[in-house]
Amino acid sequence: MFKTFSRSFFPAAWLGWQIESNWTDPFLFLAFSIAKPIASVLILVFMYNAVSQAGPDSPIYSYIYLGNAFYIYVTEVMAGASFSILDDRERYRSLKYIYIAPVSIPIYLFGRAVARFTTGTIAVVITLVAGVLFFGVPFNPLGVDWPMFFAALALGIVCLAFMGIIIGSWTLIIRTEPWFVGEATAAALYLFSGAVFPLSILPVWLQPVGFLLPMTYWLELIRRALLGPGAAAFPTLSAFSNAELFGILMLIAVGFGIVAFVAYRYFDRRAREEGMIDAQSNF
Amino acid sequence: MSDQPAIKTENLGRIYKIRGAKKGEARQRVALADVNLEVPRGEFFGLLGPNGAGKTTLIKILTTLLAPSTGRAFVAGYDVARQPQEVRPRINMVSGGESSGYGLLTVRENLWMFGQFYGLDTKTTYARIDELLQIVGLADRARTKTSDLSTGLRQKMNIVRGFLTDPEVIFLDEPTLGLDVGASRDIRHFVRRWMDDRPGRTVLLTTHYMVEADELCDRVAIINNGRVLACDSPANLKRRLQREAIFKLEVSPLRNGVLAAFEQLPGVRKVVHSPQDGRSELDLILEADEALGGVVTALNTHGAHILNLQKREPTLEDVFVDLVGMSMTEAEKAGEQELMGG
Repeated sequence: MFKTFSRSFFPAAWLGWQIESNWTDPFLFLAFSIAKPIASVLILVFMYNAVSQAGPDSPIYSYIYLGNAFYIYVTEVMAGASFSILDDRERYRSLKYIYIAPVSIPIYLFGRAVARFTTGTIAVVITLVAGVLFFGVPFNPLGVDWPMFFAALALGIVCLAFMGIIIGSWTLIIRTEPWFVGEATAAALYLFSGAVFPLSILPVWLQPVGFLLPMTYWLELIRRALLGPGAAAFPTLSAFSNAELFGILMLIAVGFGIVAFVAYRYFDRRAREEGMIDAQSNF
Repeated sequence: MSDQPAIKTENLGRIYKIRGAKKGEARQRVALADVNLEVPRGEFFGLLGPNGAGKTTLIKILTTLLAPSTGRAFVAGYDVARQPQEVRPRINMVSGGESSGYGLLTVRENLWMFGQFYGLDTKTTYARIDELLQIVGLADRARTKTSDLSTGLRQKMNIVRGFLTDPEVIFLDEPTLGLDVGASRDIRHFVRRWMDDRPGRTVLLTTHYMVEADELCDRVAIINNGRVLACDSPANLKRRLQREAIFKLEVSPLRNGVLAAFEQLPGVRKVVHSPQDGRSELDLILEADEALGGVVTALNTHGAHILNLQKREPTLEDVFVDLVGMSMTEAEKAGEQELMGG
């Protein structure tokens, strides 16, 4: 078991990092790493300034800024894991050789997600530093509950990786234009995750979707760890203690882990039946 | 290693569904039907057939990439459908005619990574990489990025990737496809040497190059339209035609319909016509030398002039013609037309 983990995870993480860090020259890589996250968060900052007179001192401002900054991980880790399947199958034509090796594909995807986590972290840190230095995001390092922050971050990333495995497994059997799947899912879930507005704003019949998503609780925990009491911008989850939020997130993580395992087995079987492991999609 | 055969198939079949088939068109295509093969350990086994014959489908099933529709298949004693996790550490595969590999990694990095997937320690991996790169003549490109390699060199890297893990059974799917003569020869030499150095290892090679199968394989299965038509050593397969006389003729261009007339002549078993630039090539399988007289007379009657005439030994191509009734090229065209016609 450990051997399978070791030979699936470490080379995958190494490969992922090679791909993520070498797709362009260092200058462009740095520019892209800085420009993309800051540009995306600036859109929200300007929108906030346009519609609200509250200014950066309002808890809502920090709520939006941090939610948006940490949502970068969703796109990177969740969409990234599924993108790895496509990259290997369609661009590098190597998926079949990895597939017939004695590795575990879900663990391999987990390894690839770690590389995306690393590049995601660079983007998140840059966005946060820019927020504190230039856009008035209140941040006191001494006031941060660091153990809670890292525990929540780790648990959330594990959840995102499980979601990535589910989408990646699904990608195995999609023939036509599967490139959009990961990012489209991340974009769709943005609406339900409480990243930029509380779930209570959604129509009542849509709110359960948000309550089933790990991002909802994860982002709340991250905000509470970083901002302390200042995180209570909206009352949606205020009735839950930190321990309860961790408990819910843990349960959701286990649930997504089980779903990821079942989904992989199901889609793997279908992919083998349909001859999709080394197929080329119609792009 | 167990005493089970390296490869065994029992009534193996595979049917592909045809997506988007219109009313009246076929909704499925039989890629493999009732394939029964047994390859003992240590054998260099060839699958010979035209494109679309079912060779790659069979390899995909045996390497756990594709599920069979019917029957069962075993590799190293394990069921490929039910026990893929037992099969995978024991096999490897190299496909030709594709540019797989991570272009941003160097040759050495690419190979090291695949070694890791098989649980090889780094020291052993590098030692094997260096040895194999030396053998295939790629040692000086070890630190070159894969994207900077030519097709032939990239295929050599893939060959090394396949053999790096020292598999019990290796599947080579048209490994020399698209390569120049020199690169193909290097790869054939390498594979033969690997087999000679490792008794007990098994190679399954698919090819549509007759010479390759003849040169390398201990036994060959001839496959067409998903069915195995014959399976024996190349010498025994050719011996089937020993009683026949085989001639190769070059004649001036033939008019339409002439070929059908030849096939009606007494003693003529098969005629394969290959139109060339300004001439026609005929491969004749005759029951005896005496039947040639009738062919020559018929050629004269139809105004064709003989430019060259040669009696030759039977080849695997002749065996294929004898079994299928057409040449490999004609079989490929027939297969393509069948696909286009649904």
